[in-house]
Amino acid sequence: MSGKAIYVVDGARTPFLKAKTGPGPFAASDLATQAGRALLLRQPFAPQDLDEVILGCAAPSPDETNIGRLVSLRLGCGHKVPAWTVMRNCASGMQAIDSAMVNIQSGRAELVLAGGVDALSRAPLLYSDAMVRWFAAMMQMRTARQKLGHFLKLKPAALFSPVIGLMKGLTDPMVGLLMGQTAENLAWRFGINRQQMDEFSVRSHQRALSGRAAGHFDEVVPVVDADGTVYAVDDGVRDDASLAGMAKPKPFFDKKYGNITAANSSQITDGAAWVVLASEAAVARWNLKPLGRIVDSQWAGLDPAMMGLGPVHASTPLLQRNKLTLADIDYWELNEAFAAQVLACQAAWQDDAYCREQLDLPGALGLLADSRLNVDGGAVSIGHPVGASGTRIVLHLLHVLRREKAKRGIATICIGGGLGGAMLVEAC
Amino acid sequence: MKHWQIERDENDLVWATLDRAGESSNVMSAEVLAEFRELLDQLDRSPPKGLIIRSGKTAGFIAGADIQEFTQLDSAEKGRVLIARGWDLFNRLAAVPYPTLSLVRGHCLGGGLELSLACRYLLAVDEPGTKFGLPEVMLGIFPGWGGMLRLPQRIGPTAALDLMLTGKTLDAKRAKRMGLADEAVPPRVMMAAARLLVQSGQPRRKLPLLQRLLNGPLKSIVANGARKQVAKKARPEHYPAPYAIIDLWAKHQGNALAAPENLDRIISSPTAKNLVRVFFLQERLKSFGKESAFKAKRVHVIGAGTMGGDIAAWCVLRGMTVSLQDQGLERIAPALKRAHTLFTRRLREPLRVREAFDRLIPDVSGAGVAHADVVIEAIFENVEAKHALFRALEPQMKPGAVLATNTSSLRLEDLRSVLKQPERLVGIHFFNPVAMMPLVEVVAAEGADPAMVQAACAFVRQIDKLPLPVKSMPGFLVNAVLAPYMLAAMRAVDAGVSAEAVDEAMLAFGMPMGPIELADTVGLDIALAAGKQLADGAEPPKCLLALVEKKQLGKKTGQGFYDWSSGKAKKVGAGGTAPADLAASLVKPLIDRTEKLVADGVVADADLADAGVIFGTGFAPFTGGPLKYRETAGQ
Repeated sequence: MSGKAIYVVDGARTPFLKAKTGPGPFAASDLATQAGRALLLRQPFAPQDLDEVILGCAAPSPDETNIGRLVSLRLGCGHKVPAWTVMRNCASGMQAIDSAMVNIQSGRAELVLAGGVDALSRAPLLYSDAMVRWFAAMMQMRTARQKLGHFLKLKPAALFSPVIGLMKGLTDPMVGLLMGQTAENLAWRFGINRQQMDEFSVRSHQRALSGRAAGHFDEVVPVVDADGTVYAVDDGVRDDASLAGMAKPKPFFDKKYGNITAANSSQITDGAAWVVLASEAAVARWNLKPLGRIVDSQWAGLDPAMMGLGPVHASTPLLQRNKLTLADIDYWELNEAFAAQVLACQAAWQDDAYCREQLDLPGALGLLADSRLNVDGGAVSIGHPVGASGTRIVLHLLHVLRREKAKRGIATICIGGGLGGAMLVEAC
Repeated sequence: MKHWQIERDENDLVWATLDRAGESSNVMSAEVLAEFRELLDQLDRSPPKGLIIRSGKTAGFIAGADIQEFTQLDSAEKGRVLIARGWDLFNRLAAVPYPTLSLVRGHCLGGGLELSLACRYLLAVDEPGTKFGLPEVMLGIFPGWGGMLRLPQRIGPTAALDLMLTGKTLDAKRAKRMGLADEAVPPRVMMAAARLLVQSGQPRRKLPLLQRLLNGPLKSIVANGARKQVAKKARPEHYPAPYAIIDLWAKHQGNALAAPENLDRIISSPTAKNLVRVFFLQERLKSFGKESAFKAKRVHVIGAGTMGGDIAAWCVLRGMTVSLQDQGLERIAPALKRAHTLFTRRLREPLRVREAFDRLIPDVSGAGVAHADVVIEAIFENVEAKHALFRALEPQMKPGAVLATNTSSLRLEDLRSVLKQPERLVGIHFFNPVAMMPLVEVVAAEGADPAMVQAACAFVRQIDKLPLPVKSMPGFLVNAVLAPYMLAAMRAVDAGVSAEAVDEAMLAFGMPMGPIELADTVGLDIALAAGKQLADGAEPPKCLLALVEKKQLGKKTGQGFYDWSSGKAKKVGAGGTAPADLAASLVKPLIDRTEKLVADGVVADADLADAGVIFGTGFAPFTGGPLKYRETAGQ
């Protein structure tokens, strides 16, 4: 990619908090504010010195309209810093970085705070269409008698069967499949079995745990609620993850006969992640010490029913354009929406037919080695607060490269609706 | 006219704007009232469709009467003239044939509220600065210009007495809810609302039947209840004004002129004079730091214990962004919880609470130091620890930022020795509980940079506390005068007087809390340590040693001199055997020490010493302070 260099100066995220029963302790804007203010506090510039704030979010709550602007104000960036929200579903946090890059390259900005957030535990319950019609009709009733008559028409079944907003969000609006069902498609296409998925998932937990023990999650900023309760770690990571345990849950998406369970899928989670992006001039002006550079990025589209292969479709042209092979990439962060989906991405690149037919390659691209992939675990263990994940994997990849004294990495993510995103980064 | 601008608009409405010449805020001085009388004369000759009264000051509506005029009240006759001036004028205003409206934006206190109450309509502008109240009682006087008559008529006697007897204020929303204001509107529609409301012909909302009965035939029930409430907080021999307010309302329709004996009692007692003096002492404290252009936006506090955490929360509440540092987040979290409770209580609206909570940033790594305009150290009292901290802080700080310690027991001279610019360090000494205590001692060691000391005073004003400049001496002013007093109190306990009797003697003297209960509240370990440092080598009291030995440290452990298991000190009887002159003998060492500290130059003069001891310890304000008390008691 031509144009100006884009530096990632620093980044921070909240712990990813697994949705338990009911709404979690933080709204999405609370999470983004707590991670963002800690990140900004350690910068040599003031929040008001930012040129803009861009926040990715798939499902802000109704009182968080343009959540990017809300959080920018809550961070003390002041009235004059413009801020906006981007939505590219599961890649919203990667889209925020990409949009920041474009604005820096075009000279519209020098210093940008970009990130992603979602508080999936706070996804709303909605009234069914039948209930909405009932309420609308009630508004038309004038007399007490009419109102009573209409009240008696209320069907308790409609009242007590709300639409679960989260399930709507996790269902493809075009083909009507749940995300997990699209992953079942991939497992079917590439012959991935339950055992392989469960093994992958156990490994994800183990990698996250050993990463934590080794202090590899420096980017995590603990958060505190109004009761003084401290949330310091990704609380979905299990130290008791085992194959035997993984075998217990029943298939969730294709009931009875499928292979994908809640345990070998990414977790429903609340979390926020940010990075500070700077131009060469801003690095010099503020004497910043960048973590790395974003070299190039790529978006791709594919069949929504096969959306989990988005990383393959986005990363392949990215490699080609930069004249790189799979082996030239020192480390990968490939978002773990589903264990089956990550395994399918690896399988697709090794599949002659798929590479020829879908990627216009002469044959299989090759092996993406497990040892270079998601070395500190991924969304299966850490969680997948949809909007935040794209930012998290870019930020964490830069930390991995720096720690391993490696050079090049790709962070890539599948996107509900049939898209893939990928970013090529280099450590500084 | 000098102070009023009068404008008659095309709808024949008269807009009377009070903009007191040469002052930043409005008060109801004799001149202002005389001009207002002239205005009413003019309007009698050609009555308008309506009169709207408003303020030309950005600072607020009207702050009250001119307190300077109170200082000249040396006879009951002068008092009568002062009262008659406003009482007659506002009665006249209340009776004019054209509709009147008071458009209130900002504070509307005392005489300002009495003026507004005499208008037919009261329109409140809904902004945080809008406050209604009759705080005369805090100056030892009563709202004699119709407040005692009209406020009970407007909002009912229970609520009215509560406001008049405590001096507390209402914001615009509450004023509307209680019926004091006819409307509470945002500033963008205030002019339109004033115009429409004054011409509306809309009748005043009637009080509910029960409130009308309580303000009529059942007055005596309310009055008796109010007297009991007041007796719990203020003794009539110390504070005659609240009792006079109840009597004037219950028996004389709020007309102070009808009961001259009440007025005589108040004018002849030293309380009102002393409280007015305390008011001016407070104004003097407020003037410290005025010369400095220093303005803090970001504050960094190190140490998230009770003091550090509460200082941080207070600064946030006063609009600053604060980073709060301690060794781990789990140490900072309890301070965040306390802060959230404070914000919820003070700010009420969820969006404002959230906005404040966002500005209190836990900061384990200390990254906030580099951004801070003021850095306050509130870690444990250990010289080596503070040295290490200061060494780390100094190179990270912005040039011109204030470096302050909240130490109460260590010498600034010892603490600053590790600094490259030792003259930079100042003491900013808060008192516990931070949110309640108005005084902050600003400590200058020998050779301190005067610009830094002034900046520290300016910062203390910015967070709405009262700065008292003091020299660096053990205990500064407040703790140094408390120490011999507490020691004497505990010696009395050693001598066989019960804790209850000691405390009761000092409550009867007029202290807000007895010395033994105060020791329990502070913590007996802290009291012992402070005593050792400040008692000139005297043996600690046996009773104190015994309790500390048993780890019964007062309120925080649930047991000290008193049983605190219920959260309050459990006092059994009055203990009976206190010597008659106990209070005098306990307060003597405090006054002696105050005199000595003035002589030693710890504070600049006797007035500031009185101010410091009153605002720092709660020393009976009606006495005018310890030195004033000795001066008058000696007569």
